[in-house]
Amino acid sequence: MGNLLSLTTFIPLLGAAILALFLRGNDAAAQKNAKWVAMATTVATFIVSLFILAGFDPANTGFQFVEERPWLLGMNYKMGVDGISVLFVMLTTFLMPLVIASCWNVESRVKEYMIAFLLLETLMLGVFMALDMVLFYLFFEAGLIPMFLIIGIWGGANRIYASFKFFLYTFLGSVLMLVAIVAMVFQAGTTDIPTLMTFQFASEDFSVLGIHIVGGMQTMLWLAFFASFAVKMPIWPVHTWLPDAHVQAPTAASVVLAAILLKMGGYGFLRFSLPMFPVGSDVLGPLVLWMSVIAIIYTSLVALVQEDMKKLIAYSSVAHMGYVTMGIFAVNQHGIDGAIFQMISHGFISGALFLCVGVIYDRMHTRDIDAYGGLVNRMPAYALIFLFFTMANVGLPGTSGFIGEFLVLMGIFQVNTWVAMFATTGVILSAAYALWLYRRVVMGELLKESLKSITDMTTRERFIFVPLVFMTLLLGVYPALVLDIIGPSVAALVENYDIATAGLNAVVTH
Amino acid sequence: MISADIQTVMPEIVLAVYAMLALLAAVYTTKDKMAPLLTWITSGLFVLLAFWISADDSTVSAFDGMYHNDGFARFAKIAILLSAAAVLLMSQGYMQRRGLLRFEYPILIALSVVGMMVMVSAGDLMALYMGLELQSLSLYVVASLRRDSLKSTEAGLKYFVLGALSSGLLLYGASLTYGFAGTTLFFGIMAATADGVSLGLLFGVVFMLAGFAFKISAAPFHMWTPDVYEGSPTPVTAFFATAPKVAAMALFARVVHDAFGGIVGEWQEIVAFLSVISMFLGAIAAIGQRDIKRLMAYSSIAHMGFALMGLAAGTVFGVQAMLIYMAIYVTMNVGTFAFILSMEKDGRPVTDIQSLKSLSKKQPVMALVLLIMMFSLAGVPPMLGFFGKFYVLRAAYDAGLGWLAIMGVVASVIGAFYYLRIVYYVYFGEDTDGLNGKMPGVLWGVAVVTSAIVLLAWVPGINLFGIETIAEAAAQTLVN
Repeated sequence: MGNLLSLTTFIPLLGAAILALFLRGNDAAAQKNAKWVAMATTVATFIVSLFILAGFDPANTGFQFVEERPWLLGMNYKMGVDGISVLFVMLTTFLMPLVIASCWNVESRVKEYMIAFLLLETLMLGVFMALDMVLFYLFFEAGLIPMFLIIGIWGGANRIYASFKFFLYTFLGSVLMLVAIVAMVFQAGTTDIPTLMTFQFASEDFSVLGIHIVGGMQTMLWLAFFASFAVKMPIWPVHTWLPDAHVQAPTAASVVLAAILLKMGGYGFLRFSLPMFPVGSDVLGPLVLWMSVIAIIYTSLVALVQEDMKKLIAYSSVAHMGYVTMGIFAVNQHGIDGAIFQMISHGFISGALFLCVGVIYDRMHTRDIDAYGGLVNRMPAYALIFLFFTMANVGLPGTSGFIGEFLVLMGIFQVNTWVAMFATTGVILSAAYALWLYRRVVMGELLKESLKSITDMTTRERFIFVPLVFMTLLLGVYPALVLDIIGPSVAALVENYDIATAGLNAVVTH
Repeated sequence: MISADIQTVMPEIVLAVYAMLALLAAVYTTKDKMAPLLTWITSGLFVLLAFWISADDSTVSAFDGMYHNDGFARFAKIAILLSAAAVLLMSQGYMQRRGLLRFEYPILIALSVVGMMVMVSAGDLMALYMGLELQSLSLYVVASLRRDSLKSTEAGLKYFVLGALSSGLLLYGASLTYGFAGTTLFFGIMAATADGVSLGLLFGVVFMLAGFAFKISAAPFHMWTPDVYEGSPTPVTAFFATAPKVAAMALFARVVHDAFGGIVGEWQEIVAFLSVISMFLGAIAAIGQRDIKRLMAYSSIAHMGFALMGLAAGTVFGVQAMLIYMAIYVTMNVGTFAFILSMEKDGRPVTDIQSLKSLSKKQPVMALVLLIMMFSLAGVPPMLGFFGKFYVLRAAYDAGLGWLAIMGVVASVIGAFYYLRIVYYVYFGEDTDGLNGKMPGVLWGVAVVTSAIVLLAWVPGINLFGIETIAEAAAQTLVN
């Protein structure tokens, strides 16, 4: 099949169109139909995406399943996957049915809710598959629209502020990327990503407004892309939109946000910053390493004092993303392998943690940690699941969380021992906030009157967690499953990067 | 010779003669009762003329170079005619229900369209001024169409006084240009500037640019826009926001490239300055607006800033980008105004943006239309507005105006705020007794069709309906 990728990308859009055009009414039956159509669509997408995985050849470091057709301005509508992107595609298609299942209890504007999520899935898949820079930008930015609506319409009390902050923050970051894209087209004369990855952008030093810029154009372009991806990721200090957005967003949206949307930033670094601007990355990479360390320690400390469960997990996400950026800018096999692994595993774990919060939020309608305590007495199954994902979040060996962090730390140790040392303290801090959260919510005596009648997880809720537990364990004990697929592509990336920067350093010393 | 010249201006003659005949017919027969029929006929005639013009692909000059019929003029004319036709169609029901539909309305619109067609074809300062004044005088009258309304007459008067001032500036610039170049013909001016430009001529250029900036409502010559937009009857506002903007922008491009194409360096800075100021003023001043018509006025100022960015490039690609931007801008505005025209509460028109609250529950389709239009105006992909911005950004960057491109995207983020606020009212707003009118069929149709275009025209396979190559050809006939 020549257009497998387009098919995968646009099945959700088709489902959304069917819902929008053919589903009438807003009674219970119509709501149920909307949910089932959405569920069927996401499951179908997952099944189709399995063909991508099955047909994918890890040994081939180029792009596969490439499709191309002419578009505007001499650009092409071009899609393709390589070892770096294919697993993000799988992560998205794998999680979306679970996301749809998790919002089975939503009753307000169900049809629109389902349409928004299906649109979002199309756009997220597009981001990971696009091989044209402008097409990438189009999917990347368009994803803001459904997310803005999801937070704004179905969010919590302070949803307006959160949705505007989310939109404008990310929009400001990405328009700078747009200017950089324009500048790149001017230099390279193409928007084709594979071509650009081999293109040498000018890197002679120059001065702007009296400031001497090492690495010249590449540094400027790198900074513009960094503005966009750093906000998306998010990296300290531009992470402040994330806790707001998470707290106000409905559970399903939090899952998508933490599990998939944040990964677009990391993916962007791997797809654009490293291969296209090696000189810029070389100049500013060390800065990113230290920013990551600050992010890990600072946001872990901030997480410790949170009163709101979702906010705590949001800050923990920022800390974990710190490992990802650190791994990426270590630019060696272990670091980048670890970063990608960490992103995949964080997709399962943080998604599951937000779902855990969702389970008790659905019952008690509060996210205050103080409102809970002793849940283990009434909800043993829940306590077990929550414990499992808390441990995975901490990075317990045997879960996928451990592999990612370990690989990243191994990679960074070869580059900068100090950074590695400070970053390792993050592991301890994450244990502190995660375990303390668990103790306050689940352990102890059940004293609160309002919790006396709380019920354990329903069958539907249990089923949602089964695949997540399975994947977290599987990747924890058999990481080669992921590493075999990403390995060759990462090796090629690192090799190209080393060649580009080695040539540069030789010139400098010369 | 003469017959060939006449042949070239045939579409204008047809339209002018039609307007006169319609005037006579209406005066001597049933007067205002004929108005609905006249509106439909005028609108139909616009579409026919657009097809007629599009069938032509020659590049000829008539009347010794005073009048050009080239790809550029045709592109602008088709955009003008089609948008005017759409706005006329949309206005008929609205005007009729409020007793505003006088027979003069379609006739005046037809005359102003004749003026616009002359403007975009002008090859001489005289022809330019003739077209511009025919257009402006017709528009002054339609702005104050609602004679018994204080705001409408105020709008008409303001428009007239400031318009006359800008025409004066333009004329002064034209006379200086004539004095120092020795000719009013564009190619003559081009030849006169071949070996350097004198200070007097430079003054002439500056005054003329100021005059054009008034007409396209670019900051800092934008002051009339919000008041006139707010005061005029809404269909007239819709008209102001579309066809005259295209005409004035095309005229701007025509003059700077045909007459002053040899001295790009002299005017590039001025146009870039107008562009930056307009983008920022439009974005910032709109934040405080509560009236959707005023908001659209500031929005159009910001959009003119973006279109000027393409023009500031001073290249073929710049003109192409400007033309595409204007075509997209007109499409978005027609759709948005189709919605604004339908905003009613208890049978009375409302323009307060608060009344949009919880629209999504009452009219989901219209809410979606508005959502698409607002994100498109803000320049968020995948809507067409983004592609317009992408074209002009590229044009500016390619011409070495990287700083202008950066300013532009920053302004667009500021501007996004007020477009988002409309989406916020429509989708997140609490239930209030907002709009309760029923959407007339014509408006519904226009809104849905334009929003479908805005949402989908970029799809590979449609590729903006091939407008890219047409605009490129048009730009090439202008820039040489």
